[in-house]
Amino acid sequence: MTKSELIEAIAARSDLTKARAELVVNCVFDAMLEALQRGEGIEIRGFGSFTVRPYKPYDGRNPRTGQAVTVPAKRLPFFKVGKELKELVNESRVRAAEFERLAGEAGDHPVVDDGSDDDE
Amino acid sequence: MTKADIVNAVYADAGGGYSKKESADLVDDIFETMKEALARGEKIKISGFGNFVLRDKRERQGRNPQTGAPIVIHQRRVLSFKASQILKQALNEELYFDLSGEEGTPA
Repeated sequence: MTKSELIEAIAARSDLTKARAELVVNCVFDAMLEALQRGEGIEIRGFGSFTVRPYKPYDGRNPRTGQAVTVPAKRLPFFKVGKELKELVNESRVRAAEFERLAGEAGDHPVVDDGSDDDE
Repeated sequence: MTKADIVNAVYADAGGGYSKKESADLVDDIFETMKEALARGEKIKISGFGNFVLRDKRERQGRNPQTGAPIVIHQRRVLSFKASQILKQALNEELYFDLSGEEGTPA
């Protein structure tokens, strides 16, 4: 789901024009970005929370060349998934596995692409 | 910031003349829609903010950090957030962040 798909979903769900839904969706993410910019955390019950962690400058190395570099102080955003969403997400895997099993029993060989990144 | 603050932002800034109740319903709709997509196993890409991605983890051996006892960590699907460059840059603009590192704590 992209932001424009989210906007379309909100327009349909809330009976708004796409233009109005876009203003609302942008307003929400702008407000969240601005809170993080102020160094404020965000807590959305049932969804998760965002925090900003400050890092001191440190001397690091370019891993490719081994050359010493100074990494400046920075702030990074982090997301911690809420309990309810964590469970929902894991259940989506269980449902996908069940779907595959049932389809397999029916003698099909479906291609299931859940679109997720499996690189870790 | 809580959901109530986001509702206030929609009420004040979304330009729709929404009531408090309508603003609250809209904010709920947004997070519900996102949750439903993730529950279907779909990732979410919000340009200018970040991506919510799902990753399938294999079963592996772990340890109870308190007791050191070995345990099996089951196969599972997890959600992680990858902040966009725009968000990362926004957090490090000098206007908002003293780059001297005075407030910094080590990783």
